[in-house]
Amino acid sequence: MALANASLDGGFQDAVFESQAVFRGLMDAMSRPGTIQTLETPAKAPGALSAAQSAILLCLADPDTSVWLSPSLYAQDALGWISFHSGAPVTHSMSNANFAFLGLGEALPDFLGFANGTQEYPDRSTTIIIELPALTGGQALVAAGPGIENEIDMSPSGLPDNFVRRWSANHGLFPRGVDLIFTCGSTVMCLPRSTQLKQREV
Amino acid sequence: MYVAVKGGEAAISNAHRLLADRRRGDRNLPAISVEQIVAQLALSVDRIMAEASLYDKTLAALAMRQARGDMIEAIFILRAYRTTLPRFGYSNPINTGEMLVERRISATYKDLPGGQLLGPTFDYTHRLLDPDLLNDSPVEEPITAETGHEPIMRVADILAGESLIEMEEPGEEETTPGDITREPLEFPLGRDERLQALARGDEGFLLALGYSTQRGYARSHPFAGEIRIGLVDVEVDIPELGFAVSIGKVQITECQMVNQFKGSAKQPPQFTRGYGLVFGQSERKAMAMSLVDRALRASEFGEDITAPAQDEEFVISHSDNVQATGFVEHLKLPHYVDFQAELDLVRRMRAEYEATQTGTATTEHKEAAE
Amino acid sequence: MTSAGNLATYNFAYLDEQTKRMIRRAILKAIAIPGYQVPFASREMPMPYGWGTGGVQVTASILGPDDTLKVIDQGADDTTNAVSIRAFFQKVANVKVTTKTGEATVIQTRHRIPEEPLTEGQVLVYQVPIPEPLRFLEPRETETRKMHALEEYGLMHVKLYEDIARNGHIATTYAYPVKVGERYVMDPSPIPKFDNPKMHRSQALQLFGAGREKRIYAIPPHTEVVSLDFEDYPFEIQKFEKPCALCGAENVYLDEVVLDDKGGRMFVCSDTDHCEDRRNAGHVGELGVAQTEAAE
Repeated sequence: MALANASLDGGFQDAVFESQAVFRGLMDAMSRPGTIQTLETPAKAPGALSAAQSAILLCLADPDTSVWLSPSLYAQDALGWISFHSGAPVTHSMSNANFAFLGLGEALPDFLGFANGTQEYPDRSTTIIIELPALTGGQALVAAGPGIENEIDMSPSGLPDNFVRRWSANHGLFPRGVDLIFTCGSTVMCLPRSTQLKQREV
Repeated sequence: MYVAVKGGEAAISNAHRLLADRRRGDRNLPAISVEQIVAQLALSVDRIMAEASLYDKTLAALAMRQARGDMIEAIFILRAYRTTLPRFGYSNPINTGEMLVERRISATYKDLPGGQLLGPTFDYTHRLLDPDLLNDSPVEEPITAETGHEPIMRVADILAGESLIEMEEPGEEETTPGDITREPLEFPLGRDERLQALARGDEGFLLALGYSTQRGYARSHPFAGEIRIGLVDVEVDIPELGFAVSIGKVQITECQMVNQFKGSAKQPPQFTRGYGLVFGQSERKAMAMSLVDRALRASEFGEDITAPAQDEEFVISHSDNVQATGFVEHLKLPHYVDFQAELDLVRRMRAEYEATQTGTATTEHKEAAE
Repeated sequence: MTSAGNLATYNFAYLDEQTKRMIRRAILKAIAIPGYQVPFASREMPMPYGWGTGGVQVTASILGPDDTLKVIDQGADDTTNAVSIRAFFQKVANVKVTTKTGEATVIQTRHRIPEEPLTEGQVLVYQVPIPEPLRFLEPRETETRKMHALEEYGLMHVKLYEDIARNGHIATTYAYPVKVGERYVMDPSPIPKFDNPKMHRSQALQLFGAGREKRIYAIPPHTEVVSLDFEDYPFEIQKFEKPCALCGAENVYLDEVVLDDKGGRMFVCSDTDHCEDRRNAGHVGELGVAQTEAAE
């Protein structure tokens, strides 16, 4: 019974206005890569999905989109919550997932394992939502591209050392590729495929 | 919050008030009721339901009244309502073989099991204006008969028994039909999506295209294998119960066109099918739809695509009358910003032209042409 | 059967939540791939296709209770279709509306970009009739999609160059094609080419909705937007010989107003809010009346 209750709680209190507010935060974040936005929401799935991840899932996923969960997120109560609050099917196939959620501290899988879209339909790609220990304090990176006036500094913590190289490979596939949303608690930072990244030169 | 605008709001509201007046017409006459429309203008109601893709006679009649009898406007109003409806689930495919038939005819067999049933048809009426209808003259009760309990077999199944017509089996891998109201179209379409688009397509457009195939633009040697009109059950699987329950009956018109086919490298000579299915009683639409469906299957049968009716992108992109009327009629919206841009250009080009004519042309043109 | 007296009530901002989610997903993809037309399952709206259904769906999906909405058509807040769309959102979303460009958080537009530069945090939503810039060169979607995939835009340059060969200049005056983020050729909707430079590195997010054609695309803020041209025939915008007759503004887009049947005409700002602002600030054009006098 406790399991069932955990699955029922933690949804949007007012789906219409909360999903709108979460979406506007996401839209701002996606159109201004590297900036940090806070998603104001009481949504929180049971288990390891963070508040921001939970809110993004409720805001964007539904029976028309499939969701992939990394091992640390894949748990009965979370599955029940996703099914009850969003109706989104959870898939084991990374390459078919519309949204992929990665738990805190988990190794970043190869981007090519996810849907990268096609040259004709580059939008048919996975958006990966990655929980990090912090959105600042990590490797000093410099981002440029659409949504960024000249350059912006960003330093999300907990990314692998070779992240810039891996990201450049993804950016190099443009217009194909994956888009990333970094989350930490209730904050988010976006890295769309259009963004170029390099190490800040000391 | 109040916003000062200059006249636009008042003009719109006055126009709508006038529209309401014209819709009501002479106040000395009783207003036409939705029930009367459902009962006495049933074929208009059927067309609205078919092209709006929503089976609800009362709402279709309301839309028709609201639209002052303008069919496409009524279809549009009902569509705009349909699109906001939540989905509770998907029904099972209807079984037209189990139809409670009111009309069923075949042009390919003189007599056949189940017989020819004319039903409420305009066929063989003489199109003479009937003065009796000016008054509410009494109308005789129709002659009815008990229906048999045996379903009436489909003509296509007779041909299928001899293997003379292509078999239609759902594909192995993909049995869930697409949904053109939830997914953007991606050409080339599957036949499922194509048929959905045709079913809500404009009757006049499909009629003209079907007609064009008869006149040699993608001739397909059609025979009206069978047309049937009647009621079918709509069944929905209820997971809690573990079986399907009928949630009601809808009236539909089904047309199976049988087309000669000489065969190709892959397929033996046989008959092929064109299929039409429409809400309500709408034989013309169902027949036109089946002609167009067959024409659009050209590439499936290795036929050359030479005519408009065979061109999927052309046909499906232009068959929706709600889209078509919106875009054609949007030309009456103000375009003075883009017109100004064109005006400026034409004036400039005109001045340059006149300069050339009077022999004082600059050399600009020549250089550009080289 | 539904009884006619029992019609369902409509959701906040008309669209149901599932439809909004679908459109929101498309918007995020559009932002991530600037200039690429994302297919979306456009819905029937209670106004006709071709009358702004794409823009309305985008606006309905982003609008919240804290927003202030401005709607313009041909640059003006008081054109009938702008009035109608604004009234629609007041009715279904009870949202604050304004005619002031600077006060708006979301601006829905048909055929113009406001003269006042847009700022960080504003969203400009365009109504788009034909989103495919290559459509009039190649009517087939299957073909144009391939051209975008291969970044094969030679046809467009040929068309523009044919104009030059025939007329001495490019004869496209509105819906003038642009290249976004050095990748996708994009139709900016039928804005006059005068407005094209305003898209370049704009601080605002620009979203484009084509309802009938079922496409959404976007230009994120600070994005390169270059009007197609040739080295020897650089892109240039329309120039007006006279300033606005009412407010005296120069370097703005003007509408021609016919005054009589003897060839009398004047030119006035197409952006009515901009013109009003200037007149309120004391600017007076050739045929204008000083605001203080007018008030008396």
